Amino acid sequence: MSVTQIWQYVLTGISMGSIYVMVAIGYNIIYNTTGIINFAQGEFLMLGAMIAISLSTVMPLIMALVLAIVLTTIIGALMEFFFIRHMKKPTVLNMIIITIGLSIMIREAALHIWDEKVHSLAYFTGNELSSINILGAYVSPQYLWVLGMSALIIIGLNIFFKHTTLGRAMRACSSNKKAAWLCGINVKNMVTISFMLSAAIGALAGCVISPITQTQYDGGTSLAIKGFTVAILGGLGNNNGALAGGLILGVLENLSIIFLPLAYKDALSLTILVIILAIKPSGLFVKKVMSSLKEY
Amino acid sequence: MNILEVRDLCKSFGGLRAVDNVSFSVKQNHIKAIIGPNGAGKTTLFNLISGSLKTDSGSILYKKETIQNSPPYKIARKGLSRTFQNIKLFGNMTVLENVMVGRHIRSRAGFLNAIMPLPRARHEEKVTKEKAEAIISMLGIGNLSHLEASGLPFGKQRIVEFARSLAMEPEILLLDEPAAGLNIQETEDIAKTISKIRDQGITILIIEHDMSLIMDISDTVMVLSYGVKIAEGDPKTIQRDKEVIKVYLGDDDA
Amino acid sequence: MTVKKFKPILILTAAMIVIQLIVSLIGTEFYLTQLTMALYYSLIIISLCIFIGYAGQISLGHAAFFAIGGYTTAVLTTTNFKEYIGSGLIKLIHGIGLTSTTIDPYGKEILHLSPWLALFTAIVITIIIALIIGIPVLKLKGHYMAMATLGFGLIIYRILLGSKIFGQADGISNVPAFTMPFGLKICGDSSLRLENYYIAGFIVLLGIIILYNLIHSRAGRALRAIHGSEEAAGASGINTAKYKLFIFVLSAVFACISGVFLTHFFGGIGPAEAGVMKSVRYVALVAVGGMANIWGTLGMSLILNFLSLRGVFGSYDDAFFGSILILFILVFPDGILKVENFTRMKEFFKDLFKKKSEKVNKA
Repeated sequence: MSVTQIWQYVLTGISMGSIYVMVAIGYNIIYNTTGIINFAQGEFLMLGAMIAISLSTVMPLIMALVLAIVLTTIIGALMEFFFIRHMKKPTVLNMIIITIGLSIMIREAALHIWDEKVHSLAYFTGNELSSINILGAYVSPQYLWVLGMSALIIIGLNIFFKHTTLGRAMRACSSNKKAAWLCGINVKNMVTISFMLSAAIGALAGCVISPITQTQYDGGTSLAIKGFTVAILGGLGNNNGALAGGLILGVLENLSIIFLPLAYKDALSLTILVIILAIKPSGLFVKKVMSSLKEY
Repeated sequence: MNILEVRDLCKSFGGLRAVDNVSFSVKQNHIKAIIGPNGAGKTTLFNLISGSLKTDSGSILYKKETIQNSPPYKIARKGLSRTFQNIKLFGNMTVLENVMVGRHIRSRAGFLNAIMPLPRARHEEKVTKEKAEAIISMLGIGNLSHLEASGLPFGKQRIVEFARSLAMEPEILLLDEPAAGLNIQETEDIAKTISKIRDQGITILIIEHDMSLIMDISDTVMVLSYGVKIAEGDPKTIQRDKEVIKVYLGDDDA
Repeated sequence: MTVKKFKPILILTAAMIVIQLIVSLIGTEFYLTQLTMALYYSLIIISLCIFIGYAGQISLGHAAFFAIGGYTTAVLTTTNFKEYIGSGLIKLIHGIGLTSTTIDPYGKEILHLSPWLALFTAIVITIIIALIIGIPVLKLKGHYMAMATLGFGLIIYRILLGSKIFGQADGISNVPAFTMPFGLKICGDSSLRLENYYIAGFIVLLGIIILYNLIHSRAGRALRAIHGSEEAAGASGINTAKYKLFIFVLSAVFACISGVFLTHFFGGIGPAEAGVMKSVRYVALVAVGGMANIWGTLGMSLILNFLSLRGVFGSYDDAFFGSILILFILVFPDGILKVENFTRMKEFFKDLFKKKSEKVNKA
């Protein structure tokens, strides 16, 4: 195995990892405002990509992308508004079950709207044969799109949460719901907005990755579980931790091809997930003091 | 004889020292009260003694045996029982069932008997039920025994929690604000019940804000402020203690 | 035990006989095949009902235990040990009569382990895996536990799908019949439909008696206490970790047994049995049954599994289970087969009749 080859694996690993980071951020945003894990997060990626694929046949790619993100965001909002908001008994168990139910419904709807075949969005620039030389490794330009988009989202979110009133209000909700409510913040609307934001980020991630990994109606699940692994690695709710966790998982997973059969590639991230949950559910990058105050 | 001894106990949460070098002891069959303003570390102290929290340093001795950092269930089995400030009943169970859970450490049927109840287990179950019923009627809530515990009014829930603790036949009972949220009549009833329990030979450690209750029933009082023990003595002395008055009324009035 | 305690069991037995008679009378005996399968599936669902509904935990990976049971027995009863008959362990097993011989569809004689030994091995493997997974995972709560069990289930699924010994995507077929005393056989032979229906019924009956006893025992009370408040349960002297582990392992064993028998009945098993959708379906059936309601869960599981196996929901099978999950959590978080609902219905009709009769009186 040459150095160039390893470098190539690392580079694609970073790109895949940044997709996992976007999924993880989707989990974090909803977790921070509601304390629940949205089991349908992976379906946002699939929906975004599927809608974009269909729309791109009748309009330019860029318009299809924007419209796909908008539509997925609306679906995210409707999901919260019609199901999460009106739960009679919002226990953790019921929250888990209802988001699982919603993920099944979205998946099944996608199966009947589209089909069980593999679809793929066109490459944003060039085609499947074009490649760029980065320090000796040849990668598809789409990987650069993936990296660029993730960087944009992370920077954008940082600005949003730190420097806008809405972002600050959402952060207030995550640290203390009641206090936020007493300050006149409409907590329920913040929850809706967190679902919209997660859906939008998910849809964008689904679109940029679609040309590389392709999209199938049930493709969201495996991305979802990897995104969750990343979220746990970085400590649930901690976006910067997720960034580090995502890059670690992405690279590790790609390098695993060297010593593990390809069929077990997915089992690797699952094993990491179960081990982390078993020994350090607070994540790798969370201070001990903080974790002692939380329940897992 | 001291049934419980706490020595140099410390516990911090991040930078906050919730319990700071606290030492005290509880004499057998006494009622000892712990008072102090909100956030003084009283409940943290209880959580450390009952094992729900791990200590940073110091020791807790129950009948000369160190118990700090043992899991709660092991401490409970030694004869230490507690109630919670924000009542923790088993909401999905009836009053009788709640109290029967209290008999858990006084019965033995294991997993085999759970699957295939042998005659002895069935007999034990009957005894458990009878004892639980006896405690319930002793505390005057016999008419409620088949109602779901979570549906009861607040005052009654406190009594159910009491009954559950008593069902464990503890040697020492830790009561965390037993009169919180109760009206005057209910508080008086609770005071009577506590005295009655002590008369049965049970030692009591109690956290309470209701001063009249504390002054009526306790043998000694300990005062905590910001995690530090600032005074200890019989109720009369404590009432006159300058430091205590300062803590409760603020500096200006002292 | 009083008659009252036996009543549900008597009703269940009677219901089984009545269903069989109806099915035979209207000449749709082929329904018995799906009913038998629904019965076996119920075994895993009622044990999950105790784990989720009574003990208040969550598992999104129980299909994995079903698959562990099914695949263990499938491998052990389809592998031909004939060449190894001289070697140590096989010789010993053969010597004490724990092997059987069957003819496979190609006319080849296969010497394999007896299904009883396979069942025993499957249970032992399940217990070991449940302990390894359960000890760390049961320390977690809520979402963390859900995700960890989901991850476990997916790992097993991936391993089954990726390994040659488990037949990869095709699974394992030609699993022989499970022979029992008195010449009884668990297999999908259409001539043995009736006896298999009653064997399955008997196994489920045994299962439900065990779980019914558990609910009404000291251990069952401890489990419900853990559901109510883990902290208070610990303060009451309950070793919460031990009890949670016990019910996790017990329900895993139920799932395993269900997998073993169903594999012999069906004559094979595929990786889909370990899939997430299966695990989710089991949870859905517990939710629909009313969480802490073992009879409701059993009833709903039998009805819905039967309809699903008959293919009533067609390509909307998963969608159906997804939608009932949402419907029940939103509208009936306590299930519908609850006593209160029946009394409420009764009162509603009573009021209705009262009003009517009042109207009549006024007129």
